[in-house]
Amino acid sequence: MTARLEVEDLHVRFDTDEGTVLAVNGVSFSVEPGEVLSLVGESGCGKSMTALAVLGLLPPTASRSGRIRLEGEDITRLDEKALRRIRGRDVSMVFQEPMTSLNPIFTVGYQIGEVLRRHEGLSRSQARARAVELLDLVRIPAAKQRVREYPHQMSGGMRQRVMIAMAVACNPKVLLADEPTTALDVTIQAQVLDIMRDLQHELGTSVVIVTHDLGVVAEVADKVVVMYAGHVVEAGAVDDLFANPQHPYTLGLLGSVPRPDLVLADTQNRLVEIPGMVPTLRQPPSACVFAPRCSRADDPCLVRMPELVETASGQYAACVHPGPERARQPEVIRS
Amino acid sequence: MTAIAAESQPRVARRGRMRRRFTRRPPAVVGLAGVVIVVFIALFAPLIAPYDASASNYNDILLAPGSPGHLLGTDDLGRDLLSRLLVGTRASLTAGVLATVLALVVAVPIGMVAGYFRGWIDLVVSRATDVVLSFPFLILAVGLAAILGPSLVNAAIALAIGQVPIFVRIARGEVLGLREEEYVQAAVVNAAPTRVILFRHMLPNILGPLVVQVTVGIPAAIIGAAVLSFLGLGVQPPTPAWGTMLSEAQQYVSQAPWFAVFPGLAIALTTLSFNLFGDGLRDVLDVRMGS
Repeated sequence: MTARLEVEDLHVRFDTDEGTVLAVNGVSFSVEPGEVLSLVGESGCGKSMTALAVLGLLPPTASRSGRIRLEGEDITRLDEKALRRIRGRDVSMVFQEPMTSLNPIFTVGYQIGEVLRRHEGLSRSQARARAVELLDLVRIPAAKQRVREYPHQMSGGMRQRVMIAMAVACNPKVLLADEPTTALDVTIQAQVLDIMRDLQHELGTSVVIVTHDLGVVAEVADKVVVMYAGHVVEAGAVDDLFANPQHPYTLGLLGSVPRPDLVLADTQNRLVEIPGMVPTLRQPPSACVFAPRCSRADDPCLVRMPELVETASGQYAACVHPGPERARQPEVIRS
Repeated sequence: MTAIAAESQPRVARRGRMRRRFTRRPPAVVGLAGVVIVVFIALFAPLIAPYDASASNYNDILLAPGSPGHLLGTDDLGRDLLSRLLVGTRASLTAGVLATVLALVVAVPIGMVAGYFRGWIDLVVSRATDVVLSFPFLILAVGLAAILGPSLVNAAIALAIGQVPIFVRIARGEVLGLREEEYVQAAVVNAAPTRVILFRHMLPNILGPLVVQVTVGIPAAIIGAAVLSFLGLGVQPPTPAWGTMLSEAQQYVSQAPWFAVFPGLAIALTTLSFNLFGDGLRDVLDVRMGS
């Protein structure tokens, strides 16, 4: 069976006046129908660029290589016209900032309807009726009245639900969600995630959710891809990855999340930070990209960037010293 | 209950709020009143005017204001000054509005395309804008009007060309900012064709600054039109225009100062009205979408 969405050896680079920036370096993953894949990482690790690259929406200074297959068809080769048929219908996207992702001058009903009229050829009144159904689907109360309202009359959570309604209007095969809950209150986050998960069950949509919030990952994801400096450093099923993290970076991410359910003796329940920042790659790395921040780093790590290999059943990590052990903790965290 | 009613009629409520914000500024209201009066005069000038504006009467030349039958006096050909002033409103206002609207229609798509696509097209448009802007507005207008030949429409075209770069810059700058908004991105994701994104999604969102510039551009063009007709490059006699009247009055400034004062006053008051109105409008529209 062919995967719903398959990204293979994706590279994105920016050629700017200040030099080249390698934003995404050889990222591969696949999503099956009805599956939720989460791209995780710190700011600047290339996760959003990966999502934008799928839709061919990179800024003009970016260049992309690699293959992106939608149900087996390579969409990197499509021209703008063919891409336009895919955007919003087969692959749609939810953005991070609900306050600015709706046009302030149109009613939400009009904005949802616009997508339907374009892709499904619905009439104005059909589109309006369908917009009401969709608002109902994302649990907006009094959808019949709300459909006539403008974005400024809605709260951030409601707007994000409107965005989701818009994104699923044409029953897309793949829904890309770029930090869909980051700008929302925690209670609203849970609601929005619930809605996304329900929709994904009902419609069989494959979801790629970009986030830095491991709570969100635990909540919705089936598979996780951990990214660092444009590289995939670990990938696997969500339960395995949380229970048995292989890459020290994943370990660090997990250690920096408050988890009242897990009392870790060696840290005295302190949150562990990862020292340093994500580097900006200007040339292909000659060592492990994480080595400067890694507690396990030693000479073999500095030879070359390790390949992604299966380190435990179904789990892949790009690390010379994989494994969940916390043998050597860096000094900083004990202070 | 009232809160719910207000909630369900947000557009009305917002419009009311804007109107209040406008009416709380006396200069703006005075400006609006002036604009309304000027437009009214322009529309109904021949009906209001006591005499035929072009009818000369050599028995009553250069009568002083307050002369019987001639409230503002007469000009060097014995024509009623009040009538000429009223009818002259038409030429001045037409030139001002036509020039500005023409500039708006031509410039906005150019500016929007430049701001949206960036790259070489933006470079070409921006540099061309700089070149045109490097000429003083009036010098450029005079030069162009001289090339095009004297007529009201040509004067308006000349003045429009002078204004085009200003509108291009505004449209470009606004679009440049808007294209980074996520709802524009969202429209791209939802496969909206570029022309739909530009003119349906973006244009209404940049109207505010454009409208304000229109209210600034019209008085500038009115002055420009007066200058052109003063130089004989605008409306041709005997059709009255404020600038033409000024140039006719020039030779008689010592004997009949009022002859020059009244058209000058008309120009000054009209431009002042538009500018006050524009200022008020900017204050109202500048408060972006925030509720």
